[in-house]
Amino acid sequence: MAKYIGKRLLRSLLTLFIIITIVFSLLRLMPVEGYFQNFEKMSSTQIRVGLQQLGLTDPLPVQMAKFWKGVFQGDLGVSHKYRVGVSVLDIIGGKMPLSLSIGLCSLGIALLLGLPLGILMARSTRTRWKIGDRLGTVFVVVIQAVPAAVYYLLIQFYGGRLPGASMFFDAGRPATWLLPIFSLALGNIAYYAMWLRRYMVDESNKDYVKLARAKGVPTAEISRKHIFRNAFVPLVQFIPTSVILTLMGSLYVESLYSIPGMGGLLVTAIQTQDNTLVQALVLIYAAISILGLLVGDILMAILDPRITLGQKEGGR
Amino acid sequence: MALFRYKDSKTQALADHLNETAQRQFTQEELFQFAPYDPDAGERGGYSGYSYWRSTLRAFRKDRTAMFFLCVIALTLLFTFLEPLIPYDRQPNTIYYTERAEINLFTRQPVLDENGDPVVKVSLAKDLAPGKEFWFGTNTIGQDLWSQIWAGTRNSLAIGFAVACVDALLGILVGVLWGYVRKLDFLFTELYNVFDNVPQTLLVIIISYILRPGMGTMIFAMCLTSWLQTARFVRNQVVIIRDRDYNLASRCLGTSTWHIITRNLLPYLVSIITMRMALAIPAAINNEVFITYIGLGVPLETPTLGNLVEAGRKVMSEAALRYQLFIPVIILATITISFYIIGNAFADAADPKNHVN
Repeated sequence: MAKYIGKRLLRSLLTLFIIITIVFSLLRLMPVEGYFQNFEKMSSTQIRVGLQQLGLTDPLPVQMAKFWKGVFQGDLGVSHKYRVGVSVLDIIGGKMPLSLSIGLCSLGIALLLGLPLGILMARSTRTRWKIGDRLGTVFVVVIQAVPAAVYYLLIQFYGGRLPGASMFFDAGRPATWLLPIFSLALGNIAYYAMWLRRYMVDESNKDYVKLARAKGVPTAEISRKHIFRNAFVPLVQFIPTSVILTLMGSLYVESLYSIPGMGGLLVTAIQTQDNTLVQALVLIYAAISILGLLVGDILMAILDPRITLGQKEGGR
Repeated sequence: MALFRYKDSKTQALADHLNETAQRQFTQEELFQFAPYDPDAGERGGYSGYSYWRSTLRAFRKDRTAMFFLCVIALTLLFTFLEPLIPYDRQPNTIYYTERAEINLFTRQPVLDENGDPVVKVSLAKDLAPGKEFWFGTNTIGQDLWSQIWAGTRNSLAIGFAVACVDALLGILVGVLWGYVRKLDFLFTELYNVFDNVPQTLLVIIISYILRPGMGTMIFAMCLTSWLQTARFVRNQVVIIRDRDYNLASRCLGTSTWHIITRNLLPYLVSIITMRMALAIPAAINNEVFITYIGLGVPLETPTLGNLVEAGRKVMSEAALRYQLFIPVIILATITISFYIIGNAFADAADPKNHVN
């Protein structure tokens, strides 16, 4: 196992290099006119000088080499469009903690509410009227069906009128945190409840569960110790990635409540062709998402000892 | 008289043989002779006539709610194609004008001509509420929403189906190989990491820049990344079951990898994969809504649900104009709900243990 993890970490470095190379080359395919605001009025000399200042006239390998040299010295460059002249790391460092804390709160709430909801739904499929399952399904279906952009708006519109709450975010007032956190959590609650229900229903039809039931093991114990334990394995793989995704923030929610977080930073950076910012963001996101996949695999192997990750005798 | 009768045509051979033997009079010597080896006889056998998919469909058909939503989807699909044929001659992209009574800006009274009748003036038919002339009303530039919405539904469903097909094919193939074949684990893990971390926004921009922006380009750009999550999903499931005892036994008996995949792994995952696929179509439509939200959607002259929701979202603060948001959202929600319910019911039906009761 340790050997496998070590190998995968080493390979990840190579992958990171490939990702950056691809993104780097793709960024150089972007239209030249995107780098300047008044492209039509500029003379060809002005354009050449402008490109030279951005370091875009060098051949691609030279640009790459410069970038990697900077990375190893801990310098990811300076933004030249989003906030001109500010170090990219400062921009990201100022935004990330906010997105992270909002995201983690909402993920915590989603797990705390979503998992019990899933268990409740799965257990109620065995009762006569399936009330819990039906009500839960209605909730899941509504959240899945209405586009997030629309129900976020409705929450802001009607939730903003509640006493204490506000249509806009203010880091100093805890009450204003509630609506964005709640909005973000809804989607995840539905996701975890939906899949946990599916896995638990599949699991509860298996023979060993029937045997346990026949032997007279209490239903609560079966569902906690046997069904949930097995049904949770496929979900656990996604949890590290979910945690990491909170770093990226949410474009919709953050722009609605005007939260100065990471949400939409990448999209804005790409659209304004702020190359250094894009490269830095891709580097950071890629590194942590590769790690997320690996941590997910390890968690899965820990939770279910039958899963082995490394190369095994007889495995294909 | 036939003593043995079987329902299935495949066992007819066996039945014929048994009937023939039962009715024949054997002599004493014939009865106590060794039967010679006959390869044809080996092929005849007790074939149960059980078909997995037929039973699944039967269990699925029993679910009334799911059948109802299947009809809803089928009718919606049919209607998007029949809609241009109904006698309602409005085009999605034409800007319409209407006759309105002229209103004096200061007195807010209708302007009257010398006979005392209100002066009628031709003006842009914008923001008209749903009514007799425009069934779903008009949008902010005077286009007819009824024809826009059905053209949009048609386009969005086309995007959804195309992307979901690629998603299913590539996602399942890559996912199974990634999960089962350990030698390919390296290749696919890194391939996933590479594709997953090149931002979708960047790809959409570059592709629309190189190719002509439009439906085809959008489908292509979405297909490039949509299969990733399905592949990872299937892969996780395969990793969980790849070393279970029955697979170990199969490997020991020398079953080929392909055979293990199609006979041991995929049948086990049918319920989960169908549910995932049912959600892939609405997910693709919603992804299109998101891409439109960040301003990279298909050009406005191609109506899609993404374009319509985005246009509606912009006028949402005015209560009188909210129909422009709610109508496309209701259609979008109906499609998603139908697919979700169908997917869930099919997943339940796909579990053979649910076939008996």
